[in-house]
Amino acid sequence: MTVKLSRRTKAIAGIASAASIAIIATGCSAPSDSGGGDGKVELTIATFNDFGYSDELLQEYMDENPNVTIVHNRAATSNDARANYFQKLGKEGLADIEAVEVDWFTEAMEYSDLLAEVPADAKGRWLDWKEAAATDGEGRLVGFGTDVGPQGVCYRSDLFAAAGLPTDRTEVAALLEGDWDNFFSVADQYKAATGKPFIDSANSVLQGIVNQLETAYEEPDGTAVATENADIEDAYNTVVERAVPISAYAGQWSDDWFASMANGEFAAMLCPGWMHGVISGGAPEVTGWDVADVFPGGGGNWGGSYLTVPADGKNVDAALKLADWLTAPEQQVKAFVNAGTFPSQSDAYEDEGLTAFTNEYFNDAPTGEIGINRAEAVTVATFKGPKFFQFHDALQNAVTRVFDGVEDQSTSWNTWVTEVSAF
Amino acid sequence: MTATATRVDESAPNRPVRPPRVISFSQRLSRWDLKVSPYLYISPFFIMFAVVGLFPIAFTAVISFMDWDLVRNSGQFIGVDQYAWILGQPQFWTALRNTFSIFLFSAVPQLIAAIFIAAMLDRNIRAKTFWRMGVLVPFVMAPVAVALIFSNMFGDNHGLVNNILTDVGLPAIQWHKDAFWSHVAIATMVNFRWTGYNTLILLAAMQAIPRDYYEAATVDGAGPFRQFRSITLPSLKPTLIFVIITATIGGLQIFDEPRMFDQFGRGGAAQQWLTITLYLYDIGWGQWNFGRAAALAWILFLIILIIGLINLLVTRRLVRDEGRR
Repeated sequence: MTVKLSRRTKAIAGIASAASIAIIATGCSAPSDSGGGDGKVELTIATFNDFGYSDELLQEYMDENPNVTIVHNRAATSNDARANYFQKLGKEGLADIEAVEVDWFTEAMEYSDLLAEVPADAKGRWLDWKEAAATDGEGRLVGFGTDVGPQGVCYRSDLFAAAGLPTDRTEVAALLEGDWDNFFSVADQYKAATGKPFIDSANSVLQGIVNQLETAYEEPDGTAVATENADIEDAYNTVVERAVPISAYAGQWSDDWFASMANGEFAAMLCPGWMHGVISGGAPEVTGWDVADVFPGGGGNWGGSYLTVPADGKNVDAALKLADWLTAPEQQVKAFVNAGTFPSQSDAYEDEGLTAFTNEYFNDAPTGEIGINRAEAVTVATFKGPKFFQFHDALQNAVTRVFDGVEDQSTSWNTWVTEVSAF
Repeated sequence: MTATATRVDESAPNRPVRPPRVISFSQRLSRWDLKVSPYLYISPFFIMFAVVGLFPIAFTAVISFMDWDLVRNSGQFIGVDQYAWILGQPQFWTALRNTFSIFLFSAVPQLIAAIFIAAMLDRNIRAKTFWRMGVLVPFVMAPVAVALIFSNMFGDNHGLVNNILTDVGLPAIQWHKDAFWSHVAIATMVNFRWTGYNTLILLAAMQAIPRDYYEAATVDGAGPFRQFRSITLPSLKPTLIFVIITATIGGLQIFDEPRMFDQFGRGGAAQQWLTITLYLYDIGWGQWNFGRAAALAWILFLIILIIGLINLLVTRRLVRDEGRR
């Protein structure tokens, strides 16, 4: 019965995954000449967006290991990669190394027994919380941390000046230093002076606050505490009462939001390292953007990925070796220079390639050094259970409803409670 | 004919029994060829249908009664719980409302427009083929491309439509906040794509109306509008019914346009434009809950079946009416 079912499901998965045909095609061709008698190994690595693993970087590894050929498949978005990952995990067709985004990493951790363990000598080189999140209940570390998203504050110095606020990045850092309350009062001040919203979106504030909580919606033992968690209710109320009035948009990534980056609708954004590229890409003509080395309420991390090695792959040992190499400090710094993905290990933070890095677009801000400070300020690793994404998405909707004026504060909260109690 | 005759012959007891005949292999082969080959020739379609059509449908039915784990390929039988869960979700009912609302906003104006455009094209105009092919151009465009362009036009703050409205001094419309307006926006995308398609079908039907009717009507002194109302419309009935049924099935499965309407593709913060297929997709591919998604798929199937039956009944009545006339 089980055999029959598994074959059937494979057929269905095959049919359903029309969207990822390209990935299937490469996945199927992979085992052809790998593990041959002459010691030649073909390794496939699947990533998404831009991990900074350029052809030159991979060629470097192939030069050091002449018996290895690397095939790099890049999915366009993390959603495509997610669909592909869960369709094939535990079956066939995944690459030897698969990248997993932090948003769906906890879902993948539910199947940690299907993933190969990180070699013992690599353990301990990542930031503590980065490594803790990839360790399962039995103490197996199954993910090689790639980047992290230490958050700072990006701001428009020209708009700050117009509102009578300081413009120098150290002065702005001093101004925003402190808790969220202080941040909101600066925002109120800006709004009073200009009549315009201070920050881009209310849900980015929610994201920032939730990423500073020990537990969000689920306890590590699996019980859902979402609706009883006083911290979450506080976060919701704070965002609705203080952040909604000073935000230009409810959420990020809409067409309007992208268009707004360039036209000065708002003066600041909470920004993890990878957001720098989004801003400079969305507003290439604007010259006022700068980065302040500060984040309300201490440090905060948003985003970052892992590399995993499916345990039933054809070349698990060789794949572990490559993943190890790719996530070593030197390579992480190279990836950072290539694509801005911020390293997740403290050894990389002594590398001059990172410490001396300045970003021309952001007024030559030392984004390397700021990132290091911001990463080290992160003290809490929020526990994100397998349903984190669902809970958080629904809460963001609750904030959006208030922002849009569709429902009031308490109605929207109650809608959320009803909605998530069915999960 | 012959087969029946032979059988009668054999069953008749008073006939002398024929001596057994040895059939050579090639003869037997050609006999099989005659009997089996036609089935082989038509089998590809049925095999394909069984694999990609029937089988998934049956498997979906099985999964809909289970708590299914896609990764581990295993499930636990839990009866009708998944169905009960779906029916107990307020989102489901909102999705149902939205689906029908978007369907009405798109189907009704679309068909009315299609009839009038077809009537225009049916007249003696210059460059006929150009205009007739022209109406089909939107249909050739990829739905996602259409949705991308239109959702850009319907932006709340920087959209083309709102820019024009505010320039003329009208208030901007909250396309992504108000359920009614979001349905209008999505229906516009659907109409853009499908009006031309329906126009061509209706035009073909109009061309089949005998010209004598119009000549006789002209002789009787009926104007163009009277001719349209008394000749064109009644003759279009069977075609209209076909167009309505296809539009219904398509409308109940609307997915691309609402999915591309905002950046998340989950139907809005208050489910303003969540449709049934969008909800189905989110449960299946967003939450990885294939049991619930399968149950919802079956509910959608039943809804379409019911609507189809209603359509059929109405059709029969209308056609009979026509026969009486």
